[in-house]
Amino acid sequence: MKMLNLLVIIIFLFNFNVSNAKDRNLNSKITKNLRCLICQGQSIHDSDTEFANSLKLVVEKKITEGMSENEIYEFLKTKYGEWILYDPALNQKTYILWLLPLLLFLIGGAIIFKNLKIKKN
Amino acid sequence: MGCSAFSKKNMKTKILLPFTIVSFLFIFFILYVGLNRSNIYIPETVTNEKIPIFKVKVFNSEKELTSNEIFENDIYYLLNIWASWCIPCRDEHPYLMELKKNKKLEIVGLNYKDKVKNANNFLNELNNPYTLILSDTDGTIAIEWGAYGVPETFLIYNGKIIKKIIGPMNNNLFKEIERVVK
Repeated sequence: MKMLNLLVIIIFLFNFNVSNAKDRNLNSKITKNLRCLICQGQSIHDSDTEFANSLKLVVEKKITEGMSENEIYEFLKTKYGEWILYDPALNQKTYILWLLPLLLFLIGGAIIFKNLKIKKN
Repeated sequence: MGCSAFSKKNMKTKILLPFTIVSFLFIFFILYVGLNRSNIYIPETVTNEKIPIFKVKVFNSEKELTSNEIFENDIYYLLNIWASWCIPCRDEHPYLMELKKNKKLEIVGLNYKDKVKNANNFLNELNNPYTLILSDTDGTIAIEWGAYGVPETFLIYNGKIIKKIIGPMNNNLFKEIERVVK
């Protein structure tokens, strides 16, 4: 019986740690993708300003409230706009940003392909 | 054979030169536009957003209020985020005292990351323009408002933020508020 109790406690503790670690991972993942609006060039995760510290608390609170990563981004976007996200969504303003590398990759691939074909001939 | 190789090479340079020039122009244009654009975060100051929903503690008491209870009347409200350690808050303080005289306006203070004692000293020294003071000890309420520093001021009417002032109030903004709240 004593062993069983011990086992239950151990299992409980381990599970507790896992869920806690998950939250922390999600927390740092989200805060790393948020731009500190005062100390630009730094993420909320790296920054230690009053604003960043408060925002970290808010993110933590929203995670414990059960909000998903995207819901938290949406929430912050309504408050501060797209600018707060380091990873911008694909839309009218950002399509060049997203599609240009792909386009360049395809053009480069086409050039290489063509050159190889010429060499073969 | 030699002739065709030559023409091929010739063609390559013919394409390469305009291509290089176009690429350079493109990069130049992007950098020219991009580097001239301000990188500093400037929030929109004229909004029509609804006020956020939140629960907040009243300054120096245990009482809790919801946002709807605070801004429930049919008058203009001015939410002013302030702190005793914030120097620009001292600059804008006379404007707030002046606005206090306006009967159609109620000034609500949000005390940001402050100590009760210091905040009380600040108010004793410069007078209290607020009809109600809320307490935001960890700065999370300010984030609900989309604020990112102190001072910030929000003009509210009918549950909507009609104007946002980033930084301290000045004479022009003061006059603008007086004009709106008549």
